[in-house]
Amino acid sequence: MRKTFIAVLFFLTIASIIYSCQSAEKVEQDMYYTNGRDLYIKHCQNCHGAKGEGLGELAPPLTDTLYLKENKTRLACILKNGLSGTIKVAGKEFEGKMPDFNYLADIDIAQLIVYITNSSGNKQGMYKTEQVATDLKNCK
Amino acid sequence: MKYLSNLSIPVFFAILFCLTSCKNERKLPIYGEREAKTIKNEDGTTKTDSIYQTIPDFKFLNQDSVLITNAKFKDKIYIADFFFTSCSSICPVMHRNLKSIYDNYKDNPDIMYLSHTIDFKYDKPSVLKKYAQKLGVGPQWQFVYGPKEEIYGIAEKNYLVAVMEDKNDKDGYVHQGWLVLIDKDRRIRGAYDGTNPESVAQLTKDIPVLLAEYKK
Repeated sequence: MRKTFIAVLFFLTIASIIYSCQSAEKVEQDMYYTNGRDLYIKHCQNCHGAKGEGLGELAPPLTDTLYLKENKTRLACILKNGLSGTIKVAGKEFEGKMPDFNYLADIDIAQLIVYITNSSGNKQGMYKTEQVATDLKNCK
Repeated sequence: MKYLSNLSIPVFFAILFCLTSCKNERKLPIYGEREAKTIKNEDGTTKTDSIYQTIPDFKFLNQDSVLITNAKFKDKIYIADFFFTSCSSICPVMHRNLKSIYDNYKDNPDIMYLSHTIDFKYDKPSVLKKYAQKLGVGPQWQFVYGPKEEIYGIAEKNYLVAVMEDKNDKDGYVHQGWLVLIDKDRRIRGAYDGTNPESVAQLTKDIPVLLAEYKK
Protein backbone atom coordinates (compact mmCIF):
# COMPACT_ATOMS: atom_id res chain seq x y z
CA MET A 1 0.00 0.00 0.00
CA ARG A 2 2.73 2.36 0.98
CA LYS A 3 4.69 1.44 -2.10
CA THR A 4 1.82 2.32 -4.39
CA PHE A 5 1.35 5.59 -2.59
CA ILE A 6 4.98 6.56 -3.09
CA ALA A 7 4.85 5.45 -6.70
CA VAL A 8 1.78 7.58 -7.37
CA LEU A 9 3.34 10.55 -5.63
CA PHE A 10 6.53 10.13 -7.63
CA PHE A 11 4.61 9.91 -10.85
CA LEU A 12 2.58 13.00 -10.01
CA THR A 13 5.71 14.99 -9.21
CA ILE A 14 7.36 14.09 -12.49
CA ALA A 15 4.17 14.83 -14.38
CA SER A 16 3.78 18.22 -12.78
CA ILE A 17 7.42 19.10 -13.50
CA ILE A 18 6.96 18.28 -17.17
CA TYR A 19 3.64 20.08 -17.24
CA SER A 20 5.00 23.24 -15.65
CA CYS A 21 7.96 23.26 -18.05
CA GLN A 22 5.62 23.18 -20.99
CA SER A 23 3.41 25.84 -19.54
CA ALA A 24 6.37 28.16 -18.99
CA GLU A 25 7.01 27.95 -22.71
CA LYS A 26 3.33 28.31 -23.38
CA VAL A 27 3.21 31.36 -21.12
CA GLU A 28 5.98 32.99 -23.14
CA GLN A 29 4.21 32.25 -26.38
CA ASP A 30 0.94 33.61 -25.01
CA MET A 31 2.75 36.76 -23.96
CA TYR A 32 4.17 37.19 -27.45
CA TYR A 33 0.75 36.48 -28.90
CA THR A 34 -1.02 39.09 -26.77
CA ASN A 35 1.58 41.79 -27.43
CA GLY A 36 1.58 40.80 -31.07
CA ARG A 37 -2.15 41.34 -31.22
CA ASP A 38 -1.77 44.93 -29.95
CA LEU A 39 0.92 45.58 -32.55
CA TYR A 40 -1.23 43.98 -35.23
CA ILE A 41 -4.17 46.26 -34.42
CA LYS A 42 -1.86 49.27 -34.56
CA HIS A 43 0.17 48.51 -37.68
CA CYS A 44 -1.53 45.83 -39.77
CA GLN A 45 -5.27 45.71 -39.20
CA ASN A 46 -6.03 48.71 -41.43
CA CYS A 47 -5.18 46.77 -44.54
CA HIS A 48 -5.27 43.11 -43.51
CA GLY A 49 -8.47 43.33 -41.47
CA ALA A 50 -9.51 42.40 -37.95
CA LYS A 51 -9.78 38.72 -38.86
CA GLY A 52 -6.86 38.68 -41.29
CA GLU A 53 -9.33 38.62 -44.16
CA GLY A 54 -7.39 41.11 -46.33
CA LEU A 55 -9.01 43.78 -48.49
CA GLY A 56 -10.21 42.86 -51.97
CA GLU A 57 -7.17 42.50 -54.17
CA LEU A 58 -5.45 45.41 -52.45
CA ALA A 59 -4.20 43.51 -49.40
CA PRO A 60 -3.78 39.74 -49.22
CA PRO A 61 -5.46 37.72 -46.46
CA LEU A 62 -3.35 36.21 -43.69
CA THR A 63 -5.34 33.00 -43.65
CA ASP A 64 -3.18 31.14 -46.17
CA THR A 65 -1.42 28.84 -43.72
CA LEU A 66 0.68 27.21 -46.41
CA TYR A 67 2.05 30.53 -47.64
CA LEU A 68 2.96 31.56 -44.10
CA LYS A 69 4.63 28.24 -43.45
CA GLU A 70 6.66 28.24 -46.65
CA ASN A 71 7.73 31.83 -46.16
CA LYS A 72 8.14 31.79 -42.41
CA THR A 73 11.82 32.78 -42.55
CA ARG A 74 10.93 35.64 -44.91
CA LEU A 75 8.22 37.15 -42.72
CA ALA A 76 10.68 39.21 -40.69
CA CYS A 77 12.12 40.71 -43.90
CA ILE A 78 8.65 41.52 -45.24
CA LEU A 79 7.69 43.32 -42.04
CA LYS A 80 10.95 45.21 -41.77
CA ASN A 81 11.47 46.15 -45.43
CA GLY A 82 8.00 46.03 -46.94
CA LEU A 83 7.15 44.11 -50.07
CA SER A 84 6.62 44.95 -53.71
CA GLY A 85 6.00 42.89 -56.79
CA THR A 86 3.57 40.07 -57.31
CA ILE A 87 2.84 37.33 -54.81
CA LYS A 88 0.35 34.50 -54.90
CA VAL A 89 -1.70 34.05 -51.74
CA ALA A 90 -4.71 31.81 -51.28
CA GLY A 91 -4.87 31.14 -55.00
CA LYS A 92 -5.04 34.81 -55.99
CA GLU A 93 -2.33 37.07 -57.32
CA PHE A 94 -1.58 40.25 -55.43
CA GLU A 95 0.39 42.98 -57.10
CA GLY A 96 1.34 46.18 -55.40
CA LYS A 97 3.24 47.49 -52.46
CA MET A 98 3.24 46.88 -48.75
CA PRO A 99 4.90 49.70 -46.78
CA ASP A 100 7.96 48.98 -44.65
CA PHE A 101 7.90 49.01 -40.86
CA ASN A 102 11.60 49.54 -40.38
CA TYR A 103 11.09 51.24 -37.01
CA LEU A 104 9.93 47.97 -35.43
CA ALA A 105 12.37 46.37 -32.98
CA ASP A 106 13.27 42.69 -33.29
CA ILE A 107 11.05 41.75 -30.38
CA ASP A 108 8.08 43.55 -31.95
CA ILE A 109 8.63 41.65 -35.17
CA ALA A 110 8.83 38.34 -33.30
CA GLN A 111 5.62 39.11 -31.42
CA LEU A 112 3.85 40.06 -34.63
CA ILE A 113 4.97 36.85 -36.31
CA VAL A 114 3.75 34.78 -33.35
CA TYR A 115 0.39 36.52 -33.51
CA ILE A 116 0.00 36.25 -37.29
CA THR A 117 1.06 32.60 -37.46
CA ASN A 118 -1.20 31.61 -34.57
CA SER A 119 -4.38 33.53 -35.37
CA SER A 120 -6.86 33.56 -38.25
CA GLY A 121 -6.88 29.78 -38.40
CA ASN A 122 -3.09 29.39 -38.18
CA LYS A 123 -1.37 27.40 -35.46
CA GLN A 124 2.36 27.39 -35.99
CA GLY A 125 3.72 27.83 -32.49
CA MET A 126 6.53 29.95 -31.13
CA TYR A 127 8.92 32.22 -33.03
CA LYS A 128 11.72 33.61 -30.89
CA THR A 129 13.23 37.08 -30.91
CA GLU A 130 16.72 35.70 -31.67
CA GLN A 131 15.33 34.18 -34.86
CA VAL A 132 14.53 37.68 -36.18
CA ALA A 133 18.19 38.71 -36.37
CA THR A 134 19.08 35.49 -38.19
CA ASP A 135 16.24 35.85 -40.66
CA LEU A 136 16.97 39.53 -41.30
CA LYS A 137 20.53 38.67 -42.31
CA ASN A 138 19.18 36.54 -45.13
CA CYS A 139 16.82 39.12 -46.60
CA LYS A 140 16.92 39.25 -50.37
CA MET B 1 -69.42 45.34 -20.15
CA LYS B 2 -67.55 46.56 -17.17
CA TYR B 3 -64.68 44.32 -18.19
CA LEU B 4 -64.65 45.82 -21.66
CA SER B 5 -64.56 49.41 -20.46
CA ASN B 6 -61.63 48.60 -18.22
CA LEU B 7 -59.77 47.35 -21.21
CA SER B 8 -60.79 50.12 -23.57
CA ILE B 9 -58.68 52.82 -21.91
CA PRO B 10 -55.30 51.11 -22.39
CA VAL B 11 -56.32 50.05 -25.86
CA PHE B 12 -57.22 53.63 -26.70
CA PHE B 13 -53.82 54.85 -25.52
CA ALA B 14 -52.04 52.10 -27.36
CA ILE B 15 -53.73 53.10 -30.61
CA LEU B 16 -53.04 56.77 -29.96
CA PHE B 17 -49.39 55.99 -29.29
CA CYS B 18 -49.11 54.02 -32.50
CA LEU B 19 -50.68 56.76 -34.56
CA THR B 20 -48.48 59.51 -33.17
CA SER B 21 -45.31 57.47 -33.41
CA CYS B 22 -46.06 56.57 -37.00
CA LYS B 23 -46.38 60.24 -37.90
CA ASN B 24 -43.11 61.03 -36.17
CA GLU B 25 -40.82 59.90 -38.95
CA ARG B 26 -37.14 60.41 -38.36
CA LYS B 27 -35.59 62.98 -40.67
CA LEU B 28 -31.93 63.70 -41.15
CA PRO B 29 -30.71 67.19 -40.31
CA ILE B 30 -29.40 69.53 -42.99
CA TYR B 31 -25.86 70.67 -42.31
CA GLY B 32 -23.84 73.68 -43.33
CA GLU B 33 -24.54 77.38 -43.39
CA ARG B 34 -27.95 78.67 -44.32
CA GLU B 35 -29.48 82.03 -45.00
CA ALA B 36 -32.99 83.38 -44.96
CA LYS B 37 -34.16 84.75 -48.25
CA THR B 38 -37.26 86.75 -48.91
CA ILE B 39 -39.20 85.50 -51.86
CA LYS B 40 -41.99 87.39 -53.59
CA ASN B 41 -45.06 85.37 -54.33
CA GLU B 42 -47.02 85.90 -57.55
CA ASP B 43 -49.78 87.73 -55.76
CA GLY B 44 -47.36 90.32 -54.40
CA THR B 45 -47.08 88.97 -50.86
CA THR B 46 -43.69 87.92 -49.57
CA LYS B 47 -42.44 84.93 -47.62
CA THR B 48 -39.09 83.85 -46.24
CA ASP B 49 -37.37 80.71 -47.29
CA SER B 50 -34.13 79.24 -46.03
CA ILE B 51 -31.38 78.61 -48.52
CA TYR B 52 -29.11 75.73 -47.57
CA GLN B 53 -25.47 75.19 -48.34
CA THR B 54 -25.09 73.01 -51.39
CA ILE B 55 -22.25 71.29 -53.22
CA PRO B 56 -21.28 73.62 -56.09
CA ASP B 57 -20.74 72.61 -59.72
CA PHE B 58 -17.67 70.48 -60.17
CA LYS B 59 -15.82 68.89 -63.05
CA PHE B 60 -13.30 66.10 -62.44
CA LEU B 61 -11.69 63.27 -64.37
CA ASN B 62 -12.93 59.88 -63.23
CA GLN B 63 -11.25 56.47 -63.24
CA ASP B 64 -12.04 56.06 -66.93
CA SER B 65 -10.47 59.43 -67.79
CA VAL B 66 -13.94 60.81 -68.49
CA LEU B 67 -14.87 64.29 -67.28
CA ILE B 68 -17.75 63.95 -64.88
CA THR B 69 -19.88 66.69 -63.34
CA ASN B 70 -22.78 66.95 -60.92
CA ALA B 71 -24.94 65.59 -63.74
CA LYS B 72 -23.56 62.14 -62.93
CA PHE B 73 -25.17 62.39 -59.49
CA LYS B 74 -28.47 63.89 -60.59
CA ASP B 75 -31.38 62.32 -58.71
CA LYS B 76 -28.99 60.23 -56.63
CA ILE B 77 -27.94 60.41 -53.07
CA TYR B 78 -24.22 59.87 -52.73
CA ILE B 79 -21.48 59.37 -50.20
CA ALA B 80 -18.33 61.42 -50.74
CA ASP B 81 -14.90 61.00 -49.23
CA PHE B 82 -11.27 62.02 -49.68
CA PHE B 83 -8.41 59.52 -49.87
CA PHE B 84 -5.35 58.51 -51.85
CA THR B 85 -4.36 55.12 -53.19
CA SER B 86 -0.97 54.80 -51.49
CA CYS B 87 -2.40 55.71 -48.09
CA SER B 88 -1.59 53.12 -45.49
CA SER B 89 -3.27 54.67 -42.47
CA ILE B 90 -7.01 55.34 -42.44
CA CYS B 91 -8.01 54.91 -46.09
CA PRO B 92 -8.07 51.10 -46.16
CA VAL B 93 -10.44 51.04 -43.17
CA MET B 94 -12.66 53.75 -44.62
CA HIS B 95 -12.99 51.91 -47.88
CA ARG B 96 -13.41 48.54 -46.21
CA ASN B 97 -16.38 50.00 -44.33
CA LEU B 98 -17.76 51.87 -47.33
CA LYS B 99 -17.42 48.74 -49.42
CA SER B 100 -19.72 46.83 -47.06
CA ILE B 101 -22.34 49.54 -47.62
CA TYR B 102 -21.66 49.39 -51.36
CA ASP B 103 -22.23 45.64 -51.34
CA ASN B 104 -25.50 46.14 -49.47
CA TYR B 105 -26.88 48.63 -52.00
CA LYS B 106 -25.40 47.12 -55.14
CA ASP B 107 -28.81 46.80 -56.76
CA ASN B 108 -30.04 50.25 -55.83
CA PRO B 109 -29.24 52.77 -58.60
CA ASP B 110 -30.35 55.68 -56.38
CA ILE B 111 -27.18 55.61 -54.33
CA MET B 112 -23.64 56.34 -55.51
CA TYR B 113 -20.16 56.88 -54.10
CA LEU B 114 -17.61 59.55 -54.91
CA SER B 115 -14.02 59.24 -53.73
CA HIS B 116 -11.70 62.17 -54.43
CA THR B 117 -7.98 61.56 -54.44
CA ILE B 118 -5.86 64.17 -52.71
CA ASP B 119 -2.65 62.79 -54.22
CA PHE B 120 -2.65 65.00 -57.31
CA LYS B 121 0.92 63.92 -58.19
CA TYR B 122 0.55 60.17 -58.41
CA ASP B 123 -3.12 59.16 -58.48
CA LYS B 124 -3.83 59.66 -62.18
CA PRO B 125 -7.04 58.09 -63.57
CA SER B 126 -5.23 54.88 -64.56
CA VAL B 127 -4.05 54.43 -60.97
CA LEU B 128 -7.58 55.05 -59.71
CA LYS B 129 -8.94 52.52 -62.19
CA LYS B 130 -6.59 49.88 -60.92
CA TYR B 131 -7.49 50.70 -57.33
CA ALA B 132 -11.22 50.40 -58.08
CA GLN B 133 -10.70 47.04 -59.74
CA LYS B 134 -8.66 45.74 -56.86
CA LEU B 135 -11.20 46.97 -54.35
CA GLY B 136 -13.77 45.16 -56.46
CA VAL B 137 -16.23 47.98 -57.15
CA GLY B 138 -18.05 49.05 -60.30
CA PRO B 139 -19.13 52.37 -61.87
CA GLN B 140 -21.61 53.08 -59.07
CA TRP B 141 -18.52 54.08 -57.11
CA GLN B 142 -16.70 56.90 -58.89
CA PHE B 143 -13.09 57.82 -58.21
CA VAL B 144 -12.04 61.29 -59.30
CA TYR B 145 -8.85 63.17 -59.90
CA GLY B 146 -8.48 66.93 -60.17
CA PRO B 147 -6.08 69.83 -59.70
CA LYS B 148 -4.96 70.40 -56.12
CA GLU B 149 -6.75 73.76 -55.64
CA GLU B 150 -10.06 72.37 -56.85
CA ILE B 151 -10.02 69.15 -54.84
CA TYR B 152 -8.66 70.73 -51.67
CA GLY B 153 -11.04 73.67 -52.09
CA ILE B 154 -14.19 71.58 -52.49
CA ALA B 155 -13.08 69.38 -49.58
CA GLU B 156 -12.69 72.17 -47.08
CA LYS B 157 -15.29 74.68 -48.25
CA ASN B 158 -18.08 72.42 -49.40
CA TYR B 159 -17.76 68.92 -47.96
CA LEU B 160 -16.19 70.30 -44.77
CA VAL B 161 -13.38 67.74 -44.70
CA ALA B 162 -9.86 68.84 -43.77
CA VAL B 163 -7.14 67.68 -46.17
CA MET B 164 -3.53 68.76 -46.57
CA GLU B 165 -0.07 67.87 -47.76
CA ASP B 166 2.32 67.02 -44.96
CA LYS B 167 5.99 66.53 -45.67
CA ASN B 168 6.50 65.07 -42.19
CA ASP B 169 3.95 62.32 -42.62
CA LYS B 170 5.19 58.97 -43.90
CA ASP B 171 2.65 58.91 -46.70
CA GLY B 172 2.93 62.62 -47.52
CA TYR B 173 -0.72 63.57 -47.00
CA VAL B 174 -3.03 63.96 -44.05
CA HIS B 175 -6.79 64.02 -44.19
CA GLN B 176 -9.91 63.33 -42.18
CA GLY B 177 -11.85 60.15 -42.69
CA TRP B 178 -15.36 61.55 -43.01
CA LEU B 179 -17.92 59.84 -45.19
CA VAL B 180 -20.22 62.69 -46.22
CA LEU B 181 -23.82 61.91 -47.10
CA ILE B 182 -25.24 64.18 -49.83
CA ASP B 183 -28.93 64.26 -50.78
CA LYS B 184 -30.52 64.66 -54.20
CA ASP B 185 -30.61 68.43 -53.70
CA ARG B 186 -26.83 68.55 -53.16
CA ARG B 187 -27.19 69.27 -49.43
CA ILE B 188 -25.07 67.71 -46.69
CA ARG B 189 -27.24 65.41 -44.58
CA GLY B 190 -24.61 63.66 -42.50
CA ALA B 191 -20.92 63.10 -41.90
CA TYR B 192 -19.67 59.84 -40.47
CA ASP B 193 -16.23 58.81 -39.31
CA GLY B 194 -15.33 56.11 -41.81
CA THR B 195 -12.83 54.56 -39.41
CA ASN B 196 -15.30 54.11 -36.56
CA PRO B 197 -17.57 51.04 -36.81
CA GLU B 198 -20.32 52.66 -34.70
CA SER B 199 -20.35 55.75 -36.87
CA VAL B 200 -20.51 53.63 -40.01
CA ALA B 201 -23.38 51.65 -38.48
CA GLN B 202 -25.22 54.96 -38.03
CA LEU B 203 -24.64 55.75 -41.72
CA THR B 204 -26.09 52.35 -42.61
CA LYS B 205 -29.20 53.29 -40.63
CA ASP B 206 -29.44 56.80 -42.07
CA ILE B 207 -29.31 55.84 -45.76
CA PRO B 208 -32.82 54.30 -45.82
CA VAL B 209 -34.14 57.33 -43.90
CA LEU B 210 -32.78 59.68 -46.55
CA LEU B 211 -34.02 57.47 -49.39
CA ALA B 212 -37.48 57.42 -47.82
CA GLU B 213 -37.68 61.22 -48.04
CA TYR B 214 -37.83 60.97 -51.80
CA LYS B 215 -40.33 58.12 -51.94
CA LYS B 216 -43.51 60.13 -52.13
